[in-house]
Amino acid sequence: MNVIIEFTVSALILLGAVFALLGSIGLVRLPDFFTRLHGPTKATTLGVGAMVLASAIYFTATQPGVSLHEIAVMVFLFITAPVTAHLLAKAALHRRGNHVAKHQEKVK
Amino acid sequence: MLTLAVEVGFVLIGLAMTLNLWRLVRGPDATDRILALDTLTINAIALLVLFGIRAGSSAYFEAALVLAAMSFVGTMALCKYLLRGDIIE
Repeated sequence: MNVIIEFTVSALILLGAVFALLGSIGLVRLPDFFTRLHGPTKATTLGVGAMVLASAIYFTATQPGVSLHEIAVMVFLFITAPVTAHLLAKAALHRRGNHVAKHQEKVK
Repeated sequence: MLTLAVEVGFVLIGLAMTLNLWRLVRGPDATDRILALDTLTINAIALLVLFGIRAGSSAYFEAALVLAAMSFVGTMALCKYLLRGDIIE
């Protein structure tokens, strides 16, 4: 295998792993749920996308023919991440609204 | 170089999954737990991709695709349950 391809694949794998780890650190360290939502939905998605791209390059270089079905995983992840984040934020707002309403009833 | 990168990637992704597990156990609200579970499956996809590169076999991608679809549907169902108190109305 070509040295340039090997270097590119290694760099993409390391970049992806570091971004996934950063997303998880954000999930643990950030103070509020709405800030915590940022880590996994942006950093982790980008990290896994980079790793899948590395895998696509690797299998295109080592096996005959262009390996494109990894791109399907990447596209699927990039489409579903915002939808998941939107619905999670909606659910969290709904729950927080319920908590506030209950608290106001208690105060009355 | 590639073997070393794959090994380091395993370590980093394992660390990330441990942090997700901590948030899944600890999470103050149900939405935190759903988010942690979703991130856990996305990291599992990354782990499967790394296994595929190390084994040199592209058969792991079918599993990764199925895991991505299942994770999406599961998160949707849990969010719908929190929003409406029912999944299929």
